[in-house]
Amino acid sequence: MNDGPTRRYGPYENTEKHIMPMTITEKILAAHCGKKEVTPGELINAKVDIVLANDITAPISIKEFRKAGAKKVFDKKRIVLVPDHFTPNKDINSAEQSKLLREFAREHKLTNYFEVGRMGIEHALLPEQGIVVSGDVVIGADSHTCTYGALGAFATGVGSTDVAAAMITGEIWFKVPESMKFIYKGRLKKWVSGKDLILYTIGDIGVDGALYRAMEFTGEVIDKMNMSGRLTMANMAIEAGGKNGIIAPDDTTKAYEDGRAQRKAKFYKSDKGASYVDVREYDCSKIEPQVACPHLPENTKGVSELAHVKIDQSVVGSCTNGRIEDLRIAAKVLKGHKVHPDVRMIIIPATQAIYKQAMKEGLFDIFVDAQAAVSTPTCGPCLGGHMGILAKGEKSIATTNRNFVGRMGHPESEVYLSNPAIAAASAVLGRIGSPDELK
Amino acid sequence: MKLKGKAWKFGADIDTDAIIPARYLNTSDPVELAKHCMEDSKTPDFMKKMKKGDIIVADKNFGCGSSREHAPIAIKTAGVSCVIAKTFARIFYRNSFNMGLPIFECAAAVADITEGDVLEVDAESGVIKNVTKKKTYKANPIPPFMQELIGAGGLMEWVKKKVA
Repeated sequence: MNDGPTRRYGPYENTEKHIMPMTITEKILAAHCGKKEVTPGELINAKVDIVLANDITAPISIKEFRKAGAKKVFDKKRIVLVPDHFTPNKDINSAEQSKLLREFAREHKLTNYFEVGRMGIEHALLPEQGIVVSGDVVIGADSHTCTYGALGAFATGVGSTDVAAAMITGEIWFKVPESMKFIYKGRLKKWVSGKDLILYTIGDIGVDGALYRAMEFTGEVIDKMNMSGRLTMANMAIEAGGKNGIIAPDDTTKAYEDGRAQRKAKFYKSDKGASYVDVREYDCSKIEPQVACPHLPENTKGVSELAHVKIDQSVVGSCTNGRIEDLRIAAKVLKGHKVHPDVRMIIIPATQAIYKQAMKEGLFDIFVDAQAAVSTPTCGPCLGGHMGILAKGEKSIATTNRNFVGRMGHPESEVYLSNPAIAAASAVLGRIGSPDELK
Repeated sequence: MKLKGKAWKFGADIDTDAIIPARYLNTSDPVELAKHCMEDSKTPDFMKKMKKGDIIVADKNFGCGSSREHAPIAIKTAGVSCVIAKTFARIFYRNSFNMGLPIFECAAAVADITEGDVLEVDAESGVIKNVTKKKTYKANPIPPFMQELIGAGGLMEWVKKKVA
């Protein structure tokens, strides 16, 4: 069975014939616990390549680390601390939390501590800097750690205590997940991107449709998709309850990692005949831009159904859609237009490199001329932290990843999730809409 | 260990933002967090009304959303003795065992229990007694590895024993 254009890059690891064919997720986990094979449901103890935490989750990890009497971390090059949620610090408590990270990083001489002015949103920063590579096992005290699956790594979110244990031992226990296969066929319509495909998928299977499972994204549309779109899709695997999202590496991955990867990447792919608990196919030619309505990421509708929804705020940014490709799309839509007088638009490049690139390309001129606010990298409003909180009764469209009650501010505010083109068009229209509606 | 308290019912997909809103995540102090437990849920005054030992009973996918350990920490420190749900989101499930919040999966219990029912839960056997309705339910058995974690006293204790 041919899933798309033949991958020209090789060699792939672990392609010998096994008693049981394995999925890419199973292969990566097997390699990290020193076994030839693993099966879903099996409990394993895996070596971890990268351990990640941020300014709100690391404080608990650091406390647990010290409480356990640990004196040193397992590898000072492999623990990554990124203060991105409430930074630049929004109040005294947040400053104290960031201070904990800073002091711990200094004490243990961590190579990968990123201070304000050097940091970015963690899940945009780590791939950009080549800190995570194909074939890695990555854990992070942040649910969107699943983002790195786009590179063909096994990456999953865990709690602060799991991170504390891994900081000491360099290992973590896992139950090998079953895998679900998603095949994306056809051609993307105008303005439709990875964000729309993942929203559509979550709308199809529900917020626990992939509970405890690996979501493997495949198909000709994925093969043709750039890394930015792949990162967006893997980023939201958790919103369907997935243990991880994963895309097999190929030429696109190789091109992305060349000159960037800090360690040697290992390429794995699923065997023909590997077992999947569920296989679904989507004809992307039929999918219009998607919007997830309050208050669940699965509450998706086509953008054409939501023209009646007035908005107060539009946010372009986050680990989901804060990359240069996303900003370029927003700029393309905004150029020559102004943000609607009743709307605040906030645009947040996800890392310093993206910030500089956007400035260089003249995107900031377009944003500021359009009367949008441009921010330094931060998670900010995505989780209701700062930089764009909503008042009672207010509605925001956002390129972020969650829209639960109170996610961006007051419990009686509302968040609609979309891709950058829709967020930008809606900002101009003052209501949810598409770029094709702009004059 | 016997856990006893009144049942507080919640719906499906209770997410971590409802359990402990992000505006309170500028602290990791369990006592501070507990003050705001369930504040953005349908029972925002949960902390005013609940009594130590009370039990959260929820539909599917409890604890979905963020990986924030602040969620089970807030629930445990608030004095909730355990959570019974149809299913749990996977990071919340893991976090709860790691830090010692007893959780039980039991669809039958969730379907039958009404808010206010007095419940008694035997943590070892997973038998849930509805004192008010005079019925019992049996929760899904806790996987042996999770029992090992609980037996050790949580993940960090388990790790300490392993590296010792």
